[in-house]
Parts: sequence; structure tokens; C-alpha cells
Amino acid sequence: MMKHWAIAASAAALAVTWSAPDAAAQKSKDTLRVAWQYTVENVDNYFNTNREGILFSRMVWDTLVDRDPKTFKTIPNLATSWKWADDRTLEMELRQGVKFHNGEEFDADDVVFTLNWISNPENKVINQSNVSWIEKVEKLDKFKVRIISKKPFPAALEFLTIPIVMYPNEYYAKVGPKEMGLKPIGTGPYKVTKIEPAKEYTLERWEGHFEGGSKPHAKIKNIVIRTIPEMSTQIAELLAGGIDWAWYVPTDQADRLERVPSLKVDRSETMRTGYIGFDASNRTSNKAINDVRVRQAIAHAIDRDAIIKNLIGGASRKIHAPCFPTQFGCDDSVATKYEYDPAKAKKLLADAGYANGFDLDFYAYRPRDWAEAIMGYLTAVGIRPKLQHMTYIAVRDKNHEGVTPMYFMDWGSYSINDVSALLPNFFGGSPDDFARDADVQKWLAAGGSTVDEKVRKENYSNAIKRITERAYWLPMFSFVTNYAYTKDLDFTPFADELPRYYLYGWK
Amino acid sequence: MLSYAFKRLLLALLVVLTVSGITFTLTNAAIDPAKALAGESATMADIEAIRKAYGFDRSYLVQYFDWLGGALTGELGESYRMRRPVSVLLLERLPVTMTLGVCALSFALLLSIPLGVVAALKPNSPVDRLALSLSVLGQALPTFWFALMMIILFGVILRWLPISGSDTWLHFVMPSVALGYYATPAFMRLTRAGMIEVLASDYIRTARAKGLRPASVLFKHALRNAVIPVVSLAAVQFGFMLGGSVVIETIFALHGVGFLAWESISRSDIPVVQAIVLLISLFYIVLTLLADLLNAYLDPRIRVA
Repeated sequence: MMKHWAIAASAAALAVTWSAPDAAAQKSKDTLRVAWQYTVENVDNYFNTNREGILFSRMVWDTLVDRDPKTFKTIPNLATSWKWADDRTLEMELRQGVKFHNGEEFDADDVVFTLNWISNPENKVINQSNVSWIEKVEKLDKFKVRIISKKPFPAALEFLTIPIVMYPNEYYAKVGPKEMGLKPIGTGPYKVTKIEPAKEYTLERWEGHFEGGSKPHAKIKNIVIRTIPEMSTQIAELLAGGIDWAWYVPTDQADRLERVPSLKVDRSETMRTGYIGFDASNRTSNKAINDVRVRQAIAHAIDRDAIIKNLIGGASRKIHAPCFPTQFGCDDSVATKYEYDPAKAKKLLADAGYANGFDLDFYAYRPRDWAEAIMGYLTAVGIRPKLQHMTYIAVRDKNHEGVTPMYFMDWGSYSINDVSALLPNFFGGSPDDFARDADVQKWLAAGGSTVDEKVRKENYSNAIKRITERAYWLPMFSFVTNYAYTKDLDFTPFADELPRYYLYGWK
Repeated sequence: MLSYAFKRLLLALLVVLTVSGITFTLTNAAIDPAKALAGESATMADIEAIRKAYGFDRSYLVQYFDWLGGALTGELGESYRMRRPVSVLLLERLPVTMTLGVCALSFALLLSIPLGVVAALKPNSPVDRLALSLSVLGQALPTFWFALMMIILFGVILRWLPISGSDTWLHFVMPSVALGYYATPAFMRLTRAGMIEVLASDYIRTARAKGLRPASVLFKHALRNAVIPVVSLAAVQFGFMLGGSVVIETIFALHGVGFLAWESISRSDIPVVQAIVLLISLFYIVLTLLADLLNAYLDPRIRVA
């Protein structure tokens, strides 16, 4: 509270008195100074798990195919064309004339080595589910490969657009993750000139970047990325002109920064979806929540529009299906829509035998005020919620232990634009599954084991209809990310929450 | 003297072992390292694969002794998240924390000793009250808030000082003040009390009677004896500053041992957490031991007590 007041006061003071000399100075040095809150412990793409790691990867390395950030269509990058030889085999033609930052030529050997290395469990790549679908990769000739999946894997192309980048085989075989994390070599538009691990990364535009791929030559010459863990410090640096770009700015701070003449603020919707999950399978000891009428009552009791308007802001939207609207298979039309209706909620509770309410443990880790808003709505219909607010990992542990009758969580799907990156995780029978609905599990398995789009859509629609009818989840809203940056920067945010620094230039 | 030192050393080692054992158990009991390492998007299969690969499925005792055996030979293991030797990480981060600690301590002493002397010269006067208030403010102000206030005033509005990072000596000014101000009251009160006692003693009356200059009486004869307890407190406070700099390092983006500890705890990077706890408890214990020995050396009365 105090620190917000303080930041507000200084932002106000600056809005009135200050004109920006320092931001212009960095534009004249053609250097974009970026702040990240979370450290990337190891910039090797396969040995970190945070989003900033993906951002780094996209600057330094390339994927075989890429995603058009506006249309979300798959477009060529290091692969120029591809076809499905059968439902497990993907054949790809590779681009010629591409070089790595160290002069190594890119060819099929790099693809074969990279994919076989990362899919080998002995190499302990951290995000196994990104790579474990690969059975083996074969070289067909110098610029042609065959990728074989263990089972039909329709989302293969999606997984090849973001998380799987190509490494130089000779270099990586020699140095491994340790050295790659200190001296990264890739084909991307930026090369790394200096790394102080977890602290500061300095990148320079690479003049040898190949033409014709999904990424143009970078416009800005230098990028310096610093890890500044405290958001208030980042905001102070923005105000003082010490940095040029920051993200994940809290909504109330974003409001104030908008009034500073030297800065711009963008509030962009992301693919991250927030949802309330319920125990519908008797895993916890809360009998009330097992009753579908109680879950439906809760769905009707919460005014999602009000929460979005007052707490989230920006381009966040209410969602009805348990997925992000652009994801393949996310059929909003079959989802049961729960409108805000406290009277109906009370009636449903009475029908279920809980006219006098019941006690409910509610687990959450996102901003406390969001959880408290939700609790307010529950209290209004007679339920007695008790907030268990803890860190993400702690909530996740409790979730897996099966002790969370109601929880507010979110999922970014790793920016994969296919429901197979979300639904099977939570309704496919794992410890994350609180529905344990055999039909849903069957439909999800069917949707994930064929490349026939029509069959996939049908199965996923059935699953979504059942999940929403029985209120296994109450999908809440899409998350918004707030960006704050110098007005000299020509910046565009994208829905997949992956700023592409090589696309931005100075105004 | 020697047997005193030896006994204290043995006790110190026992404390270090106990602290590291308790930390290990609590860290592993609180959070599953396989889940923390696997990250947000990991599936159960990912987590189990990691659990086996990194040996997290062995018993706590086996894991702890495995680690201890290595630590005794200087082999502190490898960071789960950074895949680099823990000893290298610590050596990289230590200079920043040491610099911050030394600067913070220097600031605290430079502020508190003069304040204490001034207060002692005129006890219970307005000057004394002002000096006391100034120093107590240091302990009352929440460090986090004080640091942010300084950032806003000196970094954003006046632009006199850089806000974050550790590139130049200027970067350490605000962090040192924020960290050091907290220790000021203790030093100041000790100096004041010591000076009041010493100034009332016979040998000072003798010195004055001999016609020595007031400055000489104050600094050469009085202060030198009055600050003996301050020196030993300084040693202990230095340990506190080295171990308690997490908040300051995080706010000012100083990548020292404190910040590394915070990151490693939140990501359950157990080898790093263990090593840092060991390092900081060693610091505390060595510094406390040094303080005791220094006291005993400076004041022979303590040795025979």
C-alpha cells in the first residue's frame, strides 16, 4: 500500500516535471535495455523452464517451423516444406545456405543430432513432455529429414514451432549444456556477446542471419537484458530512464505509468487461461463439492465480468470453454455458459441440501485480491470459504496430493495453440485430474491419437461439453500482460506472450 | 587463551553441523525438489523422470551424508538449475555481498560512533535525544520501504545515484545506507554508554588534570576504551549483514549471495541452499568467535572470567 503510494507520487511528480533525456540516449546508442524479473538460470533452451528462457531462445536460435504471431498459422523457418508420410512420420525439407554464429553450416545432421539428443531421457532435458513424443529422427539426405513419433501426434508441428530449437551438432556434441549456457551458438537474428549468468545478457545483431525465414534481420543493434527481481525497482528504472522495456507490470502500476509522457503502456491478452477447479471425484473429504449442483451453484455465484472489469482490466475476456479460444479444438459453442445469477445459485445449493451453506477450503496463489473477490461472491450465497493462499509450488503439491476441493489456477499451455497442450493434462487421468471422468479421458485420448482434424474436433467438443455441463472447471478469464516501455520504441505485443525483440525498432 | 579458543572452535563446528542438518531436512520436507526442478508446465511423467535421474528418491539421510561427504572435501555439488558447480557460483557472488557488507558496516560505524560520542558528551540534553532518535529511526524504518524511498528520491527524482546493479561504487551507496542504517542504534547506544562510563572514570579525570587537550582526552584516551564492545558487536553485525542482505540485494538487483539464496530457496535448488546456509553459518560463527577472541585479547579480564 505504502510502496504503491510512493511510486504513484513519484510518477505524478515526473509526469509534471520531467522530460526524458536518457531514453533518447539509448536510442542513439541503438541499444535496447530490457528488464526481466526472473532469472534464466541456464540459457540452454532445454535446461530452463521459464518464459524468459523462450524469449532468449527465439533471439539466438531457430525452430524448424514457426508461428505467425498474428494468424497463429504454421509457417516455414529452418524447414521450407513438410508433409505427413503417415500419421507418425513427418518428412521435412530443410533450408539451404543457413549458417550458425560460429560459421558451422546448418544441415540435416544438426536436426538429426538435436532431436535425437533431446528426446533421449538420459540427457535429462527438463521439459520432457515437449520432447518425449519423438521416437527417432533419420537423415534422408543433406537437406531432408524424417521425424518419427512414438504414437500419432497431431500437435507435432505446434511443438516444433516454439520449444524445439536446432543446435549445431558439432559444437553441442563437444560442449554440452554447460558451455551452451555460457556461450550460446545458434542461427538466430542475435548473437550473444556477453553473459553474466542469471544477471545480465548482452546480445548483438548478427549480420550473417539468413534470409527468407520467419524472422527478419533485427532492427535494433544491441540488446542488454538485466535481471531486476523487484518490480518496484524496474518501475523506478523505467521512470529514471535506466531501462527501456519491462513486462508483467501490475495493473495498478500500469494505470499510473500510462500518465508518464516518456512511456507507453500496452495491455495485451495472453493465451494463459485462469480457471477454478473443483473436486468432482471424491478425492478430498468435502462432500458438498462432489455434487454437480453445488459446483454449478458456485459457477452462477461468481460475477466474472465484474472481476475482469475491476481487477484484471485490459483485453482480458471471460471464457466459457476450458481452453484459450484460438487453440485448435477449443469449441466455445458447445460449452455450458454460466451467467452470474446468485438467486439461481442459492436455489441450486438448496436443492442439493446446502441451504445453510457449507465450509470450503479455497486454494490460490495468484494476487490475493482476486481470490478474495471470488470468496466474496461465495459468501454472498451462503458458502463459508477459507482462503489457503500459498506459493504456486505449494498449491500444486496440495493439488497432486488430492486435498484441494476448490482451487484457482492457470495454464499457459506453453503457448502451444492446440488443446492437447492443456486438456489431457487436467482431464486425462493424471494426479491433476479432479474429474476422473472415463468418457472425457476416452475422448481426449481419441482426439490426441489421430491427425484427422474432423475426428479431433468432434472428440474435443464432446469433452468440452461434458466438462462444462458437469462444471468440473469454471473457466474464468484470459490473463492480460502489461508492458511498459519507452515511447521511442516501436513495440507490438502478441497473444502468445512471446515478445519478439527482433521485430522491434526505434520510432 | 589457546584452550579457550579451542573449546569455542569445537562448539562452533557442532553448531554448523546442526544448522546444515536441520536445513537439509526442512528444505526437503517442505518442497519436493523434483517438482520444483521440473517447473510449471511439467507433467507427472516429467517429474518422476527427474526424481529418478537426480536421485531424489533416496532417503534424506543418504542424500544428506552424500552431500556432507562432498562438502568436507570442498565439493559442494552442482546447482540443479544452473548446472554449474556451486562453489563457482558462490565465488562469483561473494564479492558483491562482501562489498555490500563492508560498506554497510562502515556507514553504520561512521554514523553511530560520532553520534554516540556527541550524545555522551551531553547526556539527556536535546542533542542527546536527537542523536538517539536519529539512530532509533534506523531500526524502526522497514528496510524495504526505506530502500524504495531512497530509490525514488535519489534515483528517480534527483537522479544523483544509479538505481540497480553493481557496476560502480556509486551503485553501492543506497544499498549500504539501507542495510547499515538498521545496525546504527545498537552501535550508537553502546558507544554512548561506554563513553559515559569511561568519561566518568578516574584515569580520564587524571588526564584532564594533567592538562591534556580535550580532543586528545576524548579520542586517544576515552573512545579507544569505550569502543571495545563496539568492535565485537561490529563483528557480529557484519555476520548479520552478510547473511541478511537478501532484501537489499533483491531490491537493488545486486547479484550477491543473498539474492542467490532467495532464488535457490524459491526454486528448491537444494545444493545451493545447503551451501549458502553452510557459508553463512560459518561466517556468523567465525565472526562471533573472532569477536570473542578480540574481546579477550583487548580486555584481559575476560580471559580469566
